[in-house]
Amino acid sequence: MMDKFDAIVVGAGPAGCAAAYTLAKAGLQVLVCERGKYAGAKNMWGGAFFGPQMFELFPDFAKEAPVERFVNRHTITLLDQEDALTFDFRTPHSPGSHHGFITLRAKFDRWMAEKVEQAGAIVATSLQADDLVREGNFIKGVKAGTEEFPADVVILAEGVNSLLTEKGGLRKPDSAHDMKQGVKEVIRLPKEILEERFQLQGDEGVAMEFLGSCTQGLPGGGFLYTNRDSISLGLVVQLSAVLEKRVKISELLEDFKKHPIIQPLIRKGEMVEYSAHLIPVSGLKMMPRLFSDGILVVGDAAALVLGTGLILEGANFSVASGIAAAKTVIHAKEKGDFSQAALQHYQKLLQGEGTLRDFETFRRAPEFLESERIYAVYPQWACGLARKIFTNDGKPRRNTFQVLRESMKGKVTLGNLISDALKARKAI
Amino acid sequence: MKVEDKLALNKFEIDKEVHILVDEKLCQDCDLKPCLYVCPAECYQLRENHVTFSYEGCLECGSCRLACDRLAIRWVYPRGGFGICYQYG
Repeated sequence: MMDKFDAIVVGAGPAGCAAAYTLAKAGLQVLVCERGKYAGAKNMWGGAFFGPQMFELFPDFAKEAPVERFVNRHTITLLDQEDALTFDFRTPHSPGSHHGFITLRAKFDRWMAEKVEQAGAIVATSLQADDLVREGNFIKGVKAGTEEFPADVVILAEGVNSLLTEKGGLRKPDSAHDMKQGVKEVIRLPKEILEERFQLQGDEGVAMEFLGSCTQGLPGGGFLYTNRDSISLGLVVQLSAVLEKRVKISELLEDFKKHPIIQPLIRKGEMVEYSAHLIPVSGLKMMPRLFSDGILVVGDAAALVLGTGLILEGANFSVASGIAAAKTVIHAKEKGDFSQAALQHYQKLLQGEGTLRDFETFRRAPEFLESERIYAVYPQWACGLARKIFTNDGKPRRNTFQVLRESMKGKVTLGNLISDALKARKAI
Repeated sequence: MKVEDKLALNKFEIDKEVHILVDEKLCQDCDLKPCLYVCPAECYQLRENHVTFSYEGCLECGSCRLACDRLAIRWVYPRGGFGICYQYG
């Protein structure tokens, strides 16, 4: 092995692979340390990637990549104990329609890591980087057990439990307040049944979100994505709320599966995997320092996840940040300067191409999304209202506006509505 | 379906070394014991008043790392190559 790499990337997820691929393509000597037995072994997500980044990075992406389905239908459902009110958006899928694609990470990350290897980088799996090599203020490589791997620069793409980012002094210890807990089941279902059940043709897919009783009114929600011949079904809940209310997310998931709207969707399915992960959700508020002397942070480790209630994105920002970090390193290598003054270019690129601008645009979203009314009051209220409007019990009907006012009693005041609408206007 | 039955479907490379250590002395007078419900894999159990941790089914999510304010949990990842190996993810 060579005595020094141009760059070491910690983590072979989308952020790390995008960085390593870009660096290797430019001819740099790159080592990727991946602690999993293979890339993707440790990774799970809800299911969909939104944004054009993968198509830009890999021109033949649509043909080659292990995409399960392309999203052509997006639903948001408000849930009460038994009722549901759904907003259902459908659009024809065409190449370049950018409604997202659904993948499973064990296949997807592995495919990306193969691309990285083909580009000339070394992807070392089962290799856990557990510390950084320091020379004064400079990071000069990583340690794995007793071995040291020197490099001009280290890119941390280690994911949400960013232990090295913390060790490198770039971030403070995490707080449960800044995290959501996610669990998921992959449920296998014959392709024909799945396509008929979800009204899908060819490679079309659906992304479904659920809000309300599925989290017992706690901040978070449910999700369902259709894979080729399986369903990804899961929940996310604010970790601090799990701790305060002493709920078990595993039990919430069992209840969710029994909800009258979910049960028929997963009927006759065979569960094949149960997974769990944390999601960094506080955006700019929890973002670490993105660079220092000889080190850059990308992806989940940099808290690049954006949730607004309507949008839930992360992998796109991961890939964008990986590319931006790689471009910065290529630039730094030309000048032979890996100091933080040179690596500052990374932040400029993230701002210039819009990643940080999106976080700035939605900077108030994380705080807005903590309002319990969104989960504990509005879904129940909306379902109740729909129930009243669509019920005829033989008694004389009432004016819809009266029904609306009456349904608010004891649940939500006009003041609440106005205040939340004003907050929403600024936040999302 | 019980969590342990779900975990039985997952693929793990089980190490001989335990990656997460619990300092039981610190758990003794902890009333809340958030570890018992925060773990989505239910790896923490109360047995005869002792908190026990079974590392074999750990999904490495990190929830318990942020749940224990007594710092009784020494949280690190399993050694490279060991632990959960998602087949779907």
